[in-house]
Amino acid sequence: MSPLDQVVARIGAAIPGARVQILPNDSPSGQHSLLVDHEHAVAVAKFLRDDPDLQLDHLANVTGVDWLDATVKEKAKVRKVINGAEKEVEETLERKKPGFLEAVYHLYSIARNHGPVILRLRTGNRIDQVRVPSLTPIWRGAEFQEREIYDLYGIVFDGHPDLRRILMWDEFQDHPMRKDYVEPDDYEYEPTAHDKVLEKAKKHHTAADRPQL
Amino acid sequence: MLGEGIIKGMTETARNFFGSYIDSDRLVTVQYPEQRLPLKENTRNFPFLVHDGDDPEKGLRCVACKICEKECPPQCIFIVLERDEKGKPQKHPKVFDLDISVCMSCQICVEVCPFDAIKMDTEFELSHDDRFRGLLLDKKQLAKPNHYYHKIHPVEAAEVDERLAAEKAKAEAKAKAAAAPKPAAGPAAATAGKPAAPRQPVPA
Amino acid sequence: MNATIELEATGKKSNFEILPKVTPAGEISGEFLEVSMGPHHPSTHGVFRMDVTLDGERVVKLKPVFGYLHRNHEKIAEGTAYLASMPYTDRLDYFCSMTNNWAYALAVEKLAGLQVPERAEYIRVITAELTRLQNHACLCGFLLQDMGALGTPLMYAFREREKILDLFEALSGSRMMCNYMRFGGCRVDLSPGWIEETKRVVENFPRFLDEFERLLSENEILIARTQGVGVLPAPLAINASITGPMLRASGVNYDLRKADKYGIYERFQFRVPLGDHGDVYDRYMVRVLEMRESLKILQAALRDIPPGPISDPKAKVRNFRPKAGEAYGRIEAPKGELGFYLISDGSPNPYRYRVRPPSLINLTILEDMCLGHIIPDVVVILGSVDIVLGEVDR
Repeated sequence: MSPLDQVVARIGAAIPGARVQILPNDSPSGQHSLLVDHEHAVAVAKFLRDDPDLQLDHLANVTGVDWLDATVKEKAKVRKVINGAEKEVEETLERKKPGFLEAVYHLYSIARNHGPVILRLRTGNRIDQVRVPSLTPIWRGAEFQEREIYDLYGIVFDGHPDLRRILMWDEFQDHPMRKDYVEPDDYEYEPTAHDKVLEKAKKHHTAADRPQL
Repeated sequence: MLGEGIIKGMTETARNFFGSYIDSDRLVTVQYPEQRLPLKENTRNFPFLVHDGDDPEKGLRCVACKICEKECPPQCIFIVLERDEKGKPQKHPKVFDLDISVCMSCQICVEVCPFDAIKMDTEFELSHDDRFRGLLLDKKQLAKPNHYYHKIHPVEAAEVDERLAAEKAKAEAKAKAAAAPKPAAGPAAATAGKPAAPRQPVPA
Repeated sequence: MNATIELEATGKKSNFEILPKVTPAGEISGEFLEVSMGPHHPSTHGVFRMDVTLDGERVVKLKPVFGYLHRNHEKIAEGTAYLASMPYTDRLDYFCSMTNNWAYALAVEKLAGLQVPERAEYIRVITAELTRLQNHACLCGFLLQDMGALGTPLMYAFREREKILDLFEALSGSRMMCNYMRFGGCRVDLSPGWIEETKRVVENFPRFLDEFERLLSENEILIARTQGVGVLPAPLAINASITGPMLRASGVNYDLRKADKYGIYERFQFRVPLGDHGDVYDRYMVRVLEMRESLKILQAALRDIPPGPISDPKAKVRNFRPKAGEAYGRIEAPKGELGFYLISDGSPNPYRYRVRPPSLINLTILEDMCLGHIIPDVVVILGSVDIVLGEVDR
């Protein structure tokens, strides 16, 4: 397969206006990914699937990732005047990085046996801008996995044919895979070696409904 | 011919049925409570604590370092370190509880233990009528002598004993070497034996 | 390609809406019957439910409902150390703990850049192929059980499976929850005599396969119940990310052991059995043939296994912290492509831990395969998908 920057160039040529960005991966796996904008995501996916040289027909894996709001410490060289002389000084700058949710698509090609090409779609934030376009119309295999992301992460996929909760029950409110999800404390009250669990359970159950042991 | 495949299949079941009278490979049923299969060397069920010598309290190899408590995936181990009156740690567990209703027999506690103090038992008939306290094993129930360990895992136990003996000899030699030329080198001797030295077995 | 194009045009699953009953002569009266099949139905292989809408006995709509066994395995794994998730992977697909271990270990090895010694690679191939043997044998037994062959084929399969589970017990200490593989190798070396014992099992396995095939493959009832039932066309199978024997039964030559050549699979000579029709019978036959190919791999691996270390000395048991980054590792598990996607942020816990469950994704096209068939066929089609609910719900 052609390297990733060539793939990006070809996407750019085929779909004018598509903003595709390579996100490098430092781990020894070397699986870099492509960040795709929302407007062109479906067109890019369709191109990747149908292009005769790429033919990424097998959508192996779809998953969500939750990135919390974070403060990033960056070391930057700043020119400063110290004791009359201008010097380059390293300074640590703190920058607020807003959190977002991410849908990650791993693509392989059965016809040409190469891959993975990894697509990423990012939401605007974690609260109200959580919509991304669904790729289920391109790869049917995304259907249950996007439903799972909707269920566990709360990303809403526009254009998904049947977006319902899949693993949690329909009345469930929260999205349990988010990093800031708080577990309920309605454990069954039972003697356990773990004080923490017991304390939580005691707090939850009133004396009346606590099972007598 | 229609039905030929079914007849062929029937002969196969008949072969299995009559074969079970003569072929031990086809008669695999074991009448369990009366008849038992020998357990494999590596068989594991729930952990137990090894103690040297006859006293299960003093002979425990466990030093309450809490590594297993930390690494246990379902968090079924609970350890409290023993302290003397002055609050000095005693390298001995005051409480060692293991909830076998939570334990999933993964053997990670055994792998991470640097003192060879916790090993896997092969006992599997552990049913109990008290769902909670009956399955929460305490230090007394968990402690089992080293010769029991030798009985259930002979090869592994021999290796462990060899390793412990070698470590002990090494530590003693080091302590001697450190102590012999300069009697003042007390702290050095103490640190030399520290990293993985097992508790001294209590003489019977 | 029809199914795909239709899907794109409408943006909906084919036959998703329930239409009024219409014949060429006009609309006829009558009602649809909605049946909630499961969650405790013997044919659903666990706690799994299908909301089926029936027209008479024909299925016009089928919605699978999951989650009865959901325990948020991924969340648990994100809260514990890398190694502590290994025993949990045993419980995903509890039939194939060895391949689950391997997939997870492979993903972590990719993430951390660990090398696996040769002997460990051979042990992994041997255990994975043994797992494939017992999984396929049992699946065929369960499939026949679903068709009403109560007991006999399943018990024959279980008899053979028990021999393989004995091998696993001798190797890892546990029959099903092996927890055997480690990052960069395996936990313990083979016990003495294990290779000979395995050779004996592998030698005797073809006898069971011959017996099994004589018992079933030409059986008229089996053929009547399976041929032409639950046909899955190849383009739809590819588009819906179907993997494993299901994909190959539809005639798509895609086996990760050949495609990815992970581990040392390129050293072994084996063929990839393919089906022509993509029906239930093909899925059954593909699995039987795969067992025969697995035996070839096993024979070669047991012959060639070298002595040596079984673990990468760089791999640590405690305080294992891979560099920040991400990796997706996948293997050909008996049920399909089993993948693990890991994101590390440099801490002892994975930041993101994702299991790509083949069983769940293979259920995507359950409705398409079942439409127009009758309820007893639904049971057979579901049986041929080969699901384990521990993995579907996670």
